[in-house]
Amino acid sequence: MKKDDTIERHTISVLVDNEAGVLARVIGLFSGRGYNIESLTVAEVDQGEHTSRITIVTTGTPMVIEQIKAQLDRLVPVHRVIDLTVEANAVEREMALIKVAGTGEKRVEALRLSDAFRARVIDTTHSSFVFEVTGAPDKIDAFIGLMRPLGLVDVSRTGVVAIARGPEAM
Amino acid sequence: MAAQELTGAEIVIKALVDQGVDTIFGYPGGAVLPIYDALFQQNKIRHILVRHEQGAVHAAEGYARSTGKPGVVLVTSGPGATNAITGLTDALMDSIPIVCLTGQVATHLIGSDAFQEADTVGITRHCTKHNWLVKSVPELARVMHEAFYVATHGRPGPVVIDIPKDIQFQTAEYTVSPHITHRTYRPVVKGDIEKIKQAVELIANAKKPMFYTGGGIINSGAVASQLLREFVRLTGYPITSTLMGLGAYPASDKQWLGMLGMHGTYEANNAMHDCDVLINIGARFDDRVTGRLDAFAPNSKKIHVDIDASSINKNVRVDVPIIGDCAHVLEDMLRIWKSKARRPDKAALADWWKQIDEWRDRKSLAYKTNDDVIKPQQAIQRLCEMTKGREVYVTTEVGQHQMWAAQHFHFDHPNRWMTSGGLGTMGYGLPAAIGAQIAHPDALVVDIAGEASILMNIQEMSTAVQFMLPVKIFILNNEYMGMVRQWQQLLHEGRYSHSYSDSLPDFVKLAEAYGATGIRAEKPSELDAAIKTMIETPGPVIFDCRVDQFENCYPMIPSGAAHNEMILGDDPEGASVSEEGKMLV
Repeated sequence: MKKDDTIERHTISVLVDNEAGVLARVIGLFSGRGYNIESLTVAEVDQGEHTSRITIVTTGTPMVIEQIKAQLDRLVPVHRVIDLTVEANAVEREMALIKVAGTGEKRVEALRLSDAFRARVIDTTHSSFVFEVTGAPDKIDAFIGLMRPLGLVDVSRTGVVAIARGPEAM
Repeated sequence: MAAQELTGAEIVIKALVDQGVDTIFGYPGGAVLPIYDALFQQNKIRHILVRHEQGAVHAAEGYARSTGKPGVVLVTSGPGATNAITGLTDALMDSIPIVCLTGQVATHLIGSDAFQEADTVGITRHCTKHNWLVKSVPELARVMHEAFYVATHGRPGPVVIDIPKDIQFQTAEYTVSPHITHRTYRPVVKGDIEKIKQAVELIANAKKPMFYTGGGIINSGAVASQLLREFVRLTGYPITSTLMGLGAYPASDKQWLGMLGMHGTYEANNAMHDCDVLINIGARFDDRVTGRLDAFAPNSKKIHVDIDASSINKNVRVDVPIIGDCAHVLEDMLRIWKSKARRPDKAALADWWKQIDEWRDRKSLAYKTNDDVIKPQQAIQRLCEMTKGREVYVTTEVGQHQMWAAQHFHFDHPNRWMTSGGLGTMGYGLPAAIGAQIAHPDALVVDIAGEASILMNIQEMSTAVQFMLPVKIFILNNEYMGMVRQWQQLLHEGRYSHSYSDSLPDFVKLAEAYGATGIRAEKPSELDAAIKTMIETPGPVIFDCRVDQFENCYPMIPSGAAHNEMILGDDPEGASVSEEGKMLV
């Protein structure tokens, strides 16, 4: 069979038992087998069931992506693995906190642009803002790009979280 | 009736007994003293004291592989656990069910760099199927039973339970049943019936079919071997197997083509290359088997049966993937084959066998003997011949002798052959032989060894002597790390960098020093009588078989080459390796 060498970006959701070391298992799997991680987020999503949801954005050839899913699925504490890029019409969001320092024209311009991106100001001093911006990762990239010449000093991003559209659960 | 309160150490023992464990392999130390104390006060479980923790895991592997039951290991914290790592990795690569209990420093000391503390769950996360650190005694019994479940279900593998010393002293009720339903881990054993039907269609319509089977058949159990035999005979198709799968199909059968892969037979590899339908049951397209991937069975439709979904399409793209246990899938295949009254294409099959017989006539395993030097192949062939009719279990170390054993020792039954396939662990054979002998006290257990490998776990001679285990260590002594030397000859213009086994012990005296028997054979004329003496000697024997120092292991697919580009022993002229091939191991 012909090998497909195109690199694809996939967002994968993994529902796991929230037990000690589960994140290390997932990360160790990626580092041990040489897979890429573009972003990874994790938090408990059901306290009663002790389950956490891990959202991983990764890149690779179709064969590698298929491997990643199979490898994740055979980890003992994993409940489900869903490739949101393939199996579901998913929405992706990321949040970033972005600090911009400056005065005068640049400061005004930063505030004006933040409005266009529907960013919220969550901290202000006379010489700085902290913006909270939410959106798809490329929107955040664009906002950071625009802030750079206006006094960007610090960025903190959550990484992507994603969920399928429609009424069905994972 | 209220359940009885037991200490953590007693819970460990009770859980082992409830799991049907009768033997464990271990080495005591500070952090497992309470468990050793509990062991001392019972008589249901036999403890085999090894001389190094690596030996404990390999012994448990030998026990597991020769019985189909999980092997159990008990070691202490820190160095006890780290010494077990090679064995655990070996078991992971070869899918051997092992439950390894490690002691840990007391919970309040964890993270303080306490004496003999190591982050065992951190270190073993990468070389186990799963592991647990038990932080409270009420969860201990559940974790014990879960560990056995995980080790033995799905694709088998090693698991580690790390038990802090204070947990071993604390008490809890033991209420858990040994039969658990796992919350998340429920591997599929039944294959998709539509896929199986597709596979049967392909198999029935094949002109040049080939069965390629592996360790998955052995792991699936004796039933899988039986079903495989029935199906293969019903079809009349040729069959080969990986190193790990030897014995699942009888080597004495006419449909058997011998092992495939890097040191496989000419007929098996050529048939793999030319086949039109490849039926992979329980093998994983390992690089030792496939050779150059883009030239691997290039004109074939591929069926792949594997219990591990991650084995499918990992190295080789297949047309019909079937996720399931070999025995279940074979049972369905057979049923569908019979219900549809399938008949293979007789004319095409006759042509195919004619071609295969031509390859067979090349006699790729042939070697030349003489009166002066014992050929290593000859030694194994004589050993095989002279042990016929006995219940024989063979283990090996790693290297040339291992490949010669795979080529020249013929197995008609599963679970008789134990070798380190995936990891290639020198030092595996002697402890594995000990484990197999423990499980089969009346059988003949032979470790076919090399003089270099055997020294990696030679300390286990003490274990063999202590427990009166009559293992026979058959060393093909060529005074070289033979496979390293062979590759240096092939790839590095004969610069034999550090591959000479200098300052070897006198193996006969070494055997005697341990309280065992030593035998030496130096001439072909002495061989048969010496082997006979070895077999008849009660107790452990080290057999120092002096063989041709420069014999190479052929046939060989050089790294980076395809199945139809083999080097043959009588024609090593073609022996060259591409620059890309040199990069490969």
